[in-house]
Amino acid sequence: MSDQPYNASELLICTASRLMEDGTTAFIGTGIPMLAASLAQKMHAPNLVTIFEFGGTGAILETLPLAVGGGCTFNRAVAASGIRDIVETAQRGFVEYGFLGGAQIDPYGNLNTTVIGDHDHPKVRLPGSGGGNDVGSNCWRTIAIMPHDRRRFVEKVDFITTPGYLTGPGAREAAGLPRGTGPYRVVTTLALLSYHPESKRMQLLATQPGVSVDQVIESTGFDLLIPDQVEANPAPSAEELRILREEVDADGLYI
Amino acid sequence: MDRPLTKSEEAVRAESVRILETGVGELLQPPDVEAFRMWNRAKSKEMVDKRMSEAEAVRRFIKPGDYIGTELYGTVRCPMSLVHEIVRQGVRDLRVAGQGVLELDMLLGASLVKAIDLTYIGLEVYGLSNCLRREVESGRVETVVEWSNAGIAWRFKAAAMGVPFIPVRSMLGTDTLKFSAAKVIEDPFTGLPIALLPALILDVGLIHVHRADACGNAQIDGISGFAAEMARASKRLIISAEEIVETEVIRRRPDRTIIPYYLVDAVIEAPFGSHPGEMCYRYARDEEQIRNWVEASKTSETTAGFLDKYIHGVTDHQAYLDLFGEARLEGLKGGAPGREP
Repeated sequence: MSDQPYNASELLICTASRLMEDGTTAFIGTGIPMLAASLAQKMHAPNLVTIFEFGGTGAILETLPLAVGGGCTFNRAVAASGIRDIVETAQRGFVEYGFLGGAQIDPYGNLNTTVIGDHDHPKVRLPGSGGGNDVGSNCWRTIAIMPHDRRRFVEKVDFITTPGYLTGPGAREAAGLPRGTGPYRVVTTLALLSYHPESKRMQLLATQPGVSVDQVIESTGFDLLIPDQVEANPAPSAEELRILREEVDADGLYI
Repeated sequence: MDRPLTKSEEAVRAESVRILETGVGELLQPPDVEAFRMWNRAKSKEMVDKRMSEAEAVRRFIKPGDYIGTELYGTVRCPMSLVHEIVRQGVRDLRVAGQGVLELDMLLGASLVKAIDLTYIGLEVYGLSNCLRREVESGRVETVVEWSNAGIAWRFKAAAMGVPFIPVRSMLGTDTLKFSAAKVIEDPFTGLPIALLPALILDVGLIHVHRADACGNAQIDGISGFAAEMARASKRLIISAEEIVETEVIRRRPDRTIIPYYLVDAVIEAPFGSHPGEMCYRYARDEEQIRNWVEASKTSETTAGFLDKYIHGVTDHQAYLDLFGEARLEGLKGGAPGREP
């Protein structure tokens, strides 16, 4: 993508931003989700309500927080509460979107942020669930944002930190997770992915600019469903890139 | 039986709750709510001056092997001056609840942690925790039990409620639950599977606040994280505060008090007590010093060097602040989020 007038982070941010609808609630973590939310507020979703895990509701993202509990997460917010209030709000069904990341994802959207290798003798000890499991359990629709390669897109994750569709159709409900919730989209450097409505397995929705379907297949470590119609994702627009660079992250903290 | 049960017959018929799953993780602290009540009954309710130094508070209230918790976390309203003192005194074999960034990183970096109820230990925008990786991958941390962030906050809430567990809809169906000490039951009211998280009663809680009086009545500005829950889940509670105020200031706005004095064992005056983390409305985080730690934490040797310079090399919090100088600390005030101009 070196000949593109934008970098991989900018592509992920713009793609994720377009998924955020105006007037909805979104559980936002640090990094790319936050930049995407800020961009969405300035582009098409001025009434997007950002919700931050440690208590910020409805912040105006003027400066970019470096921490999910940082002061910017309740900058000019409508409420500053605490973690229980936020996650209980999601548990009651008030939070539409949740954003997630991970070291590994499987065909059902299960995510691993805990260990590579065996739990008790890990090869790599990762940070743990954090709020990931709470978001993946309780938000209506979750969107994972990840770089796309075979190391990350695996048939079986080493550890299910955050629930996707678990083992397939009906598995979330059988486990007791709130009905009608689950993974919705995966935004990657190569593609925009969704889940098959019946099998709940990951499927290709659109390729990123300049990326072929074969490239996506080759970079995925499991059998990806490829529908007859695969769309081509539009490249970040000049307007999106201008706002992103001049307003959202003028100091170049992330992009 | 050829007739339907009467109401009273139904009431005495023993129904058993079905346990659907039990996590394999070790229950590091028993949810002994009866012992907790006894402890709380014995605790002094006298409103007396509890001010002391970090050194005295750590010496008196934190013992090797204790189970401790910190709030909010490393870069945000965190009791860093107390954490530094724990490292300075080398209080070993700690069991910790975390959810942490710099504070747990430093305890891990100093090899003082034996067991963790772990939700998240990482460096946020700076990536994985090098100290967590070294300590867990080498086996020096003997026990790691998994939870979600809200899971730990809910466990504190259960302890704060004085009940042995709390039912929640997080963690279900995952390895996070499997490697926790939670249980899943069939909810007797709805029949749905529901996760039961055991109450988490801390030996010692450490919380940094914006203002407190000498007796420990404490107020927090901005988001409250899980301070209210953790304070009420702690057998011993050490409060550090940016500012010690007259009790009259508290009495003028009692609605702002999130932690009443009777929960508190020690009160420490610690301006810039969250440094290098931030304190909303007061000062911004010290990015340069956070980056210094991120860099230093990459190897055991450089971690030890950092701890020598910033903790062992100074006698107390004031001497630590002197390493940075007034001008730099004053400069951080300007960048404080939400600070009135």
